[in-house]
Amino acid sequence: MIAVLKHELRNYFHTLTAYVFGAFLLAFVGIGAMLYNLQAAVSNFEYVLSFSCLIFVVIVPILTMRVIAEERKQKTDQLLYALPITTTQVVLGKYLSLLTVYLIPLCLISVYPLIFSQFGDVYLLTSYGSIFAFFMLGAALIAMGVFISSLTDNQGFAAGIGIAAVLLNYYSVSLSEYVSATAFGSLAAICVLILVMGAVIRCLTKNDNLAFGLCLGLLAVTAVCYYLEPSSFEGLLPEIMTSLSLFERFYVFVNGVFDMTGIVYYLSVIVFFLFLSVQSLEKRRYN
Amino acid sequence: MITVEHLTKCYGDFMAVNDLSFEIQEGHVYGFLGPNGAGKSTTMNMMTGCLSATAGRVCIDGYDIFEEPKKAKKRIGYLPEQPPLYMNESPVEYLRFVGQAKGLRGEDLENQIREVIGQTKIETVRNRRISTLSKGYRQRVGIAQALLGNPGVIILDEPTVGLDPIQIIEIRDLIKELGQTHTVIFSSHILSEVQTICDQILMIAHGKLVAFDEPGNLEKRLLSPNEILLTTDASEEEARRILSQVSGITEIQSEKKEGQLLTMAVKTNNKDIYQVSRAIFRGFASGNKALLEMSLKKGSLEDVFIELSESGADEGSSDSREAAKEEDQ
Repeated sequence: MIAVLKHELRNYFHTLTAYVFGAFLLAFVGIGAMLYNLQAAVSNFEYVLSFSCLIFVVIVPILTMRVIAEERKQKTDQLLYALPITTTQVVLGKYLSLLTVYLIPLCLISVYPLIFSQFGDVYLLTSYGSIFAFFMLGAALIAMGVFISSLTDNQGFAAGIGIAAVLLNYYSVSLSEYVSATAFGSLAAICVLILVMGAVIRCLTKNDNLAFGLCLGLLAVTAVCYYLEPSSFEGLLPEIMTSLSLFERFYVFVNGVFDMTGIVYYLSVIVFFLFLSVQSLEKRRYN
Repeated sequence: MITVEHLTKCYGDFMAVNDLSFEIQEGHVYGFLGPNGAGKSTTMNMMTGCLSATAGRVCIDGYDIFEEPKKAKKRIGYLPEQPPLYMNESPVEYLRFVGQAKGLRGEDLENQIREVIGQTKIETVRNRRISTLSKGYRQRVGIAQALLGNPGVIILDEPTVGLDPIQIIEIRDLIKELGQTHTVIFSSHILSEVQTICDQILMIAHGKLVAFDEPGNLEKRLLSPNEILLTTDASEEEARRILSQVSGITEIQSEKKEGQLLTMAVKTNNKDIYQVSRAIFRGFASGNKALLEMSLKKGSLEDVFIELSESGADEGSSDSREAAKEEDQ
């Protein structure tokens, strides 16, 4: 794992990736700090972070697009399979190297509140709480990026899907206000989701029985639930969209609450996507 | 050293490798021979743990590659068909990464890197970017990578494909050298190559093992020679008249192109073929005609190969052959 970590880090700093990532992040946070802290003379650094988290839409895909896709394209994944290391070690090594690249500009950013505190009252606790949450938010998004990169051997494709996924996540709360909040609307949306999931499973496993069985089972459960308790479906769809939003959890920290459930939520997202990435790599061994 | 038992790999309905079993002993060079799409790469990928098997097992020094992959993989160095190189690194950086991943550290790592660079003769390019290296050198870097960690077995998948003749000879010499200190298994679809380097040949066609023997024994498998080729300056009628006096000749085929000498192929049913050739020589001499060239047509590995592959083909349809080709790509 250490070997993979070192190798990846050297690669990021040999190429432009780490520098572009760092430059984008620092520039955006810098603009935010200038607008909020200097121009508007607000002493809350957390507002700057809440403003800058839109930059993840661009920088996370830049950072993660090549991480596994490129190995596939260059056929170097064969080497990783043949080496006496497990795929879990490969994925963890790669992920930790990405986190290191992400942490370096973040260390610089965490000096800002200290500088501002020289010139006035800054709420350091909420500032650093938000910086920590900002790190967790980025870490979760990077884990998602790693998984997207493991699905394809085309970097551009991985980047495109990555941008779409982060953007959708960013706007899911605003979008949730426009979707139907009625019980029937939620039911329809859930059915569509189940069907899409079935199609994906069918496509990945090429196993008709599994896909159809799972689909029918879930549809039946949903139908029974709807029949027994239609009121529980009211407002379900917007609720799901809100609770799936990684950014929404971050705003809780920005408002000054150090939310442990948020941390647990981010950690579970990270574990979930890394687990999927390992499975996606393992799957290649089977076809 | 390596035991392969009932190894099978299916892609949907297509069987790429079908119930393969063999055993590999220490200290030989093994050639893995088969036409494109025969299942060579698939077998090698399974032997090195890069691909899962549908059924069967592979043991390296008693460690199952699927059950105890770490221990088994430490005993194998593998070079896949396309060398898995990171193009924007130098060979030294690349080898350092592979060495670390194989668990080498510090002094030991540097020593081994120096050693494999020497063995594969890449000192002159050690600090150049791999993307600027020629195909031959890339192949060498790939082999150097396989040698790190000093594994007992080196598995090379088509190491000479796409190289120019000089590079091919160099890589072959390297394989021969490695064969003195390691067990080497390498695949190829070129017979002469396997014939010159290997102690043992595994022939595979349509996912099945069709032969596992020494090159010499494989040649003996063909029928003993029964055909004599000769070139003469006599005209066709004269030659046929002379040959008609030799006993034991069953068939004569002749060919003459404009401005060239007459060549003939003579078949015989006589067990002692030299007796026939002696009689032919005397016949031409007494007829005062020159016999410019005379040779026995021997069975070559090519013939064994074609014969064995075709016997395997009867069982697999042509569809599966095409499917195999696609898999290979």
